[in-house]
Amino acid sequence: MIKVDNVTVGYGTTAFVKAVDRVNLTINDNEILGIAGESGSGKSTLMRAIYGDFSTGLRIASGTITGRFARNGTGAVTEAESHDFGQLWWDQISYIPQGSMSVLNPLMKVEKQVVDGLPKRERQGNRAELRRRIATFLEGFGLEESVLDAFPHQLSGGMRQRVLVAIAAFVNPRLILADEPTTALDVVVQKKILLMMVEIQRRQRNSLVLVSHDLGVHYQITDRLVVMYQGKIVEAGPTAGIFANPQHEYTQTLIASLPRIDGTRAEARR
Amino acid sequence: MSGAPILEVERIGRIYRRGGIFGGKPFYAVDDVSFTLPETPKVFSIVGESGSGKTTLARMVLRLVEPTDGTIRLMGRPLTGTSKERIDNLEFRRLVQPIFQNPFEAFSAYLPIGTYLIRTALNLKIARSEAEAVEAADAALRSVGLSYERIRGKYIRQFSGGELQRISVARALIPNPKLIVADEPVSMVDASLRMSIVNLFRQIVEEKGVSFIYITHDLSTAYYLSDHVAIMNAGRVVEQGAPGDILAYPSEAYTRELMAAIPTIGARWTELDEIDRHYAHERTRDGKSADKHHQEHS
Repeated sequence: MIKVDNVTVGYGTTAFVKAVDRVNLTINDNEILGIAGESGSGKSTLMRAIYGDFSTGLRIASGTITGRFARNGTGAVTEAESHDFGQLWWDQISYIPQGSMSVLNPLMKVEKQVVDGLPKRERQGNRAELRRRIATFLEGFGLEESVLDAFPHQLSGGMRQRVLVAIAAFVNPRLILADEPTTALDVVVQKKILLMMVEIQRRQRNSLVLVSHDLGVHYQITDRLVVMYQGKIVEAGPTAGIFANPQHEYTQTLIASLPRIDGTRAEARR
Repeated sequence: MSGAPILEVERIGRIYRRGGIFGGKPFYAVDDVSFTLPETPKVFSIVGESGSGKTTLARMVLRLVEPTDGTIRLMGRPLTGTSKERIDNLEFRRLVQPIFQNPFEAFSAYLPIGTYLIRTALNLKIARSEAEAVEAADAALRSVGLSYERIRGKYIRQFSGGELQRISVARALIPNPKLIVADEPVSMVDASLRMSIVNLFRQIVEEKGVSFIYITHDLSTAYYLSDHVAIMNAGRVVEQGAPGDILAYPSEAYTRELMAAIPTIGARWTELDEIDRHYAHERTRDGKSADKHHQEHS
């Protein structure tokens, strides 16, 4: 559904700083694709280019990112190039950012923020009925209707992030991009949110792209995994296969560097 | 040596008042916590999620926050109060040093990083002159695998997170402290470098005889590094003991919940299978789960 073809992405025009270097990648329908890498690997930049957000001075220097979006049920197909993806935001493409506090407006109740973000076709018609539909959708993920009447600061970090995930999914998008969606959260809350994202993907049968530095998270929920290092994809394939038999030295180091609770302890080495 | 334990924390608590101008509702950030660090150097880990009180506890040990209840004694002498025995500031800072979570925030972007080490040596009266301070800084840096020559004149942006955290450790080592309190010291460090920092802590314990209080939300590094683990939840220590015992056989429901939520490689969450079973008939892509479903019904 998304084809990233030999793409080089970076920042700045006069002095171009390369962040993603000649990357090829396909995002399939009905899959969870993981992008792993450490800080500076280019994973967030690649994600932003796929989302089509060029507001931060991001520039595709060469190559193309194209998408083909087939709306569920109607069979209508939209084809576009990432510079035009902006028209598809919160319709065919949704985005879940890392910090929920920085994207939600602190002065606005959650309901208004959800409604404002919806595409026109959703906003037309009866407001009370729309609220009912949003509330029902939230309740499907164990969120009470009362969160709609709350200001963002009245919700816990985990609750805010669940609301963001629900908002992203409400429009039934074909592609959901999530950039470190659980990084600032505790493990118990993280698990809840990841399970929620998996359930959404299974229900909507769309594509979910998850950027995370945490290999454990990728092991749990992704179907395919891409490992980035210094702007390049160094390894790609089915997640289970990569963990069973990592090919690239960097991937091997990453997997080996994780301490395990049933593993050796530093103290025991003495 | 007096033979007194490095640190004795006895039934300490910290109450904050929430809401209301007069009084308000008391909120126990830390509630009735006790533990002892023996004279022989050890790593004591305090594991908890956000809001568990672990950072407030660390700040009380660092004397940045006063306990509202209980006492803390460092090598037999009280940290707070008015008694003559109370450790004065200079002595306290020589004995107990902090390492913070975010090295990018702990150091200014506009000062060469070496300045911090030199100032630490001078402020703590470890060195009497700049030359002596450089010498002390160099010795500390060498014990973390760096040298003063390598950091001279450089700013934080010229280092990686892992290197900066090594420099933080070196700074803390300058006065030859008895105890280092490290609050989430590796959570900002990339995974491939994280274990080298954790191993460095262990090396310092063994070679320099420094005790560590390691505050973290990460059970796996706590298990790997520590001699003793305390699990905190809602201000209280719910369970403490040797990591092998606690994490291999957790007796508290909370500890089990924490363990079950870690995204461990090789142990897939069972909830995911339930979701897959529920939606299996709709899955066309993933041959595995669809096959499994068919097998179960054939």
